[in-house]
Amino acid sequence: MKTRDDTRPAPESFLDAARLEDPGWHGRGKLKIFLGASPGVGKTFAMLEEGRVRQRAGVDVVVALVETHGRAETAALLANLEQLPRRQLDYRGQVLGELDIDALLARKPTLALIDEFAHSNAPGSRHPKRWQDVMEVLDAGIDVLTTLNIQHIESLNDAVAQITGVRVQETVPDAVLQKAEAIELIDLPPEDLIKRLHEGKVYLPQQAGRALENFFTKGKLTALREMALRTTAGHVDADMLAFMQANAVKDIWPTEERLLVCINEAPVAKALVRTGKRMAERAKIPWIVATVLTPRHEALGPDIRIVTQDALRLAETLGAETTTLRVESDAAGEVLRFARSRNVTRLVIGRPRWRGAMMQRLMALWREPVSERLLDNATDFEVTVVTPHARVERRRHAVSAPAPQQDWHGYGAAALGIVAASMLALPIAAWDAVPAGAITVLYLLAVMLVGARFGLRPSLLATGLGFLAYNFLYTEPYYTFSVSRSSDIVSLSVFLLGAVFTGTLASRLKAQIETMRASQARTETLYEFARKIASATKSDDVLWGAVAHIAKALNCHALILTPDAASILQQVQGHPFIADDLDAGAQAAALWAFHKSEAAGMGTDTLPNSEWLFVPLATAGKPFGVIGVKFRDPAHARNPETRRLLLAVEDQVAVAIERNRLSDDLAGARVSAESDKLRSALLNSVSHDLRTPLVSIIGATSSLADAGATLSDTDRRELTVTALDEARRLDRYVQNLLDMTRLGHGALKPKRAAIDLREIVGRVRSDLARVLARHRLEVDLPRDLPLVDVDPVLIGQALGNVLENAAKYAPIGSAITVSAEAVGASVRLAVTDNGPGIPAADRTRVFDLFHRAARGDGAPAGTGMGLAIVKGLVEAHGGTVHAEAGPNDVGAHVVMTLPASTSSAEAEDSAA
Amino acid sequence: MIEQPQAARILVIEDEAPIRRFLKIVLGSAGYGIIEAERGRQGVELAATAAPDLVMLDLGLPDMDGKAAIALIREWSRVPILILSVRDGETEKIAALDAGADDYVTKPFATGELLARLRVLLRKRPDSEAPSAEASFGRLKINFATRGVSMDGSECKLTRKEFDVLALLARHAGRLVGHKQLLTTIWGAAHSADTHYLRIAIGHIRDKLGDDAADPRFIITEPGVGYRLKSE
Repeated sequence: MKTRDDTRPAPESFLDAARLEDPGWHGRGKLKIFLGASPGVGKTFAMLEEGRVRQRAGVDVVVALVETHGRAETAALLANLEQLPRRQLDYRGQVLGELDIDALLARKPTLALIDEFAHSNAPGSRHPKRWQDVMEVLDAGIDVLTTLNIQHIESLNDAVAQITGVRVQETVPDAVLQKAEAIELIDLPPEDLIKRLHEGKVYLPQQAGRALENFFTKGKLTALREMALRTTAGHVDADMLAFMQANAVKDIWPTEERLLVCINEAPVAKALVRTGKRMAERAKIPWIVATVLTPRHEALGPDIRIVTQDALRLAETLGAETTTLRVESDAAGEVLRFARSRNVTRLVIGRPRWRGAMMQRLMALWREPVSERLLDNATDFEVTVVTPHARVERRRHAVSAPAPQQDWHGYGAAALGIVAASMLALPIAAWDAVPAGAITVLYLLAVMLVGARFGLRPSLLATGLGFLAYNFLYTEPYYTFSVSRSSDIVSLSVFLLGAVFTGTLASRLKAQIETMRASQARTETLYEFARKIASATKSDDVLWGAVAHIAKALNCHALILTPDAASILQQVQGHPFIADDLDAGAQAAALWAFHKSEAAGMGTDTLPNSEWLFVPLATAGKPFGVIGVKFRDPAHARNPETRRLLLAVEDQVAVAIERNRLSDDLAGARVSAESDKLRSALLNSVSHDLRTPLVSIIGATSSLADAGATLSDTDRRELTVTALDEARRLDRYVQNLLDMTRLGHGALKPKRAAIDLREIVGRVRSDLARVLARHRLEVDLPRDLPLVDVDPVLIGQALGNVLENAAKYAPIGSAITVSAEAVGASVRLAVTDNGPGIPAADRTRVFDLFHRAARGDGAPAGTGMGLAIVKGLVEAHGGTVHAEAGPNDVGAHVVMTLPASTSSAEAEDSAA
Repeated sequence: MIEQPQAARILVIEDEAPIRRFLKIVLGSAGYGIIEAERGRQGVELAATAAPDLVMLDLGLPDMDGKAAIALIREWSRVPILILSVRDGETEKIAALDAGADDYVTKPFATGELLARLRVLLRKRPDSEAPSAEASFGRLKINFATRGVSMDGSECKLTRKEFDVLALLARHAGRLVGHKQLLTTIWGAAHSADTHYLRIAIGHIRDKLGDDAADPRFIITEPGVGYRLKSE
């Protein structure tokens, strides 16, 4: 709204101005509205004429949808214009022709002509209203010409209804009107219009029939005409304001006054909002719509609360600032505090609903008379009291009816309660010392209990029954329903009054407790949900938790969809199940929710005919999916409570997803740091271990090649053996590198079989004959050793690496022992040497890649890969490997634990 | 290429020129004649036209799969085929043996090993295939006619199946005999995958011959591939 700041040109205004002046700007399309005071003034005609003029000027014009209503002159104008076929929709056996928005977007003309801006689309269309279609067309950069009658403007809806006595259902929000680049008033003096009507030149829709005929009286038409002129003038004003903003003209709004509209759940709320809008507009001041929530409101049924919600929504579409105030009591005081804090000078309130002073007083005992208190205390404000237009709006008496079954329980309990009270009262009454009043208190107690437990209506029944029972049993003449003593009449009346009051209070208490319980349950499940997903480390778990929570809390079918690699929305989670049969409408709604980041489907303005409601899921403003819900009872979708819960879940999910993403990033960073370290270690290893043998090989062989003839036989032989040994070392190293790579890629798949370890040892011994030449290999494998379930080649390699390592460190000539024993379901294969052993601190780390135990004795350097490969190979079989001190703390003892085979002696006979 | 009527001629199908060069020297100096092919198709053609006594085939050829080459040669020829394969290629080795190859050496190989394999394969050239009644491997003697086995002159009592296994290994002495070949020949095609039969039979044979799997003197295990009876 406009405040003092409006005198300073807003940045947007420069953009707008630049946009208007630049013909090459291809952003949003421009909207021009042909506005008329009533049907028949010639709006469509004017629109078509402008279309033709623009077409002659070379503009690409398409008639997207125009109603000729069978008029020849209109049809004639259509002749040379391209017309888009209508979308045929079958609705309850009736074929309706609607605007084909997709075809229009695909055709993408420069200018589209779309008649009847306020039209309501047939069910099953993308948007319920045609003006929403037009907004989408404008978004696509297409200019639009359209037509509108004054009575379809939201804020004038009430006023027009009051003038004409006819309320039209199809309205266009004022905010949409303000988006129009231009509004052209199609004006026709009332006399001419009436003449045209009589000549049959005005089309009247069938359904309006007779009502519309009353519409065309001179007085009414004049009033409407004036209203149309004023609206157009208002738009001109807005243009003027824009101009002044762009040109920095100052001091147009010297005031900071505001107008406050107070609404509650009374049906007059919407009328109040519309009145507020008109007043604020006329006074050119910002306006606020406020509602006050007290605990009493919490106890109201959702059908009643929705009135307030709708009114607040309406206020937002009309451009008001809206706010909800919450207090325990003294709503009027809160309103005034708020009003003063916001510099409000004018208040708009509704007239109290209870007519007659007596009734108002009575009601005041029961609830706070906010309007009256406001009127009494708001002495420093200009207060406007609006009377509801009874004929136009009537409160729907949709008090949330409890389920019938519960009712029966309540009524049964009421009857039982009174019977019980009577039974209790009988012996007490027989006792002369007790005053008659005590009996009524007993009945009151019963009424109160029933009220507190079962609510208002059962308590009222209990009141009636109690009244009758007391009358029957304790008033003279006894056991009749007649009363003779005047004192009894008094006590009966007092009882009745007291019981109604007690019952009502008790039932309110009950309602409040229930609401509190419900809200507490809501908070608790939300808290539980938050706690659950806080511990979820995978996004999948978070999404699963979310659907499960939504499905449980809203008693609905819940889905989460996220885009796959091909950017197609796919269901990733569903509770109770993934819905395979998502129809095209639901899919369209999901896509809409995802791409436009707004709710779509049931209960919204987009594709409301879908069975599903979709809301976007977004982190840091970027949508990453949608939540879909389907209710058994469609009313849930419109319940603000539902939306609030979805919003809360969405927030929690977004936070959790974001948190997981961050921790993944962190883990990724750690992994990459780790692999950086490994990479540099590998580089060192390669440059050292790959080069050293090559130096010897190239050196030896080049000497042989160059000077072979001059060398002695011994030298030649020496060089050859050196080259050969180094080449073999290189081969082992390359093999290690390859193994390491395969282990690292998880490409190693053991081909297990039941194997005798002796066979593996035998093979390794012959393969390593050269390496083990200077040591004694002692094999100590018991004959009854179980078979092992391993890949013989891979475990052979592992054993080979351990043996090679032992041969590297054990003193020449000493024994290296391979031993094995069965331990439970595994076999421990051990290699023991008499070398220096592995320091206790290094026993775990020797199996790390590129770890080399620091030794000062000049022992041959390993590649730092051998034992790491052993670990990888053994673990690939589900085994373990560790190092210990050798027997008597001498040497190293490396133990591999391998799985024993379960199929030891099978098929012995067939083999024999 | 020098034609030597007596010398066995070996077709080397190998795409790496340095390896071909080195094989040419090694084989030449061992008295073999050499025919070279650097592509699989060329090699298969030469196997048909040049009538080599043995084919040495690298499994990693650029133009065709080694196994396919073996299958093509086996369509019409029983010439011994020796495979040159990289380490860890157990699956490849088995597939090649199944396709009809006779033995393999793992690259990199020592020339001694290669020449030993060649000798074994060439010893059983088709024209010299007259089954002898008896064979001896050091202290081990096998009489195929009487189905008798003796170690240092004392008789070893083998069951029928055990003898069949040992006899099959003995007839291919020094050559690798794959699991599948042993199983299908002795137990029948239905048992071609029951390697545990074989493992148990070999275990019993070793026990009866006093051989130790951890330090074998007679039967060598080629893990995952097959067995080989030591011939020299």
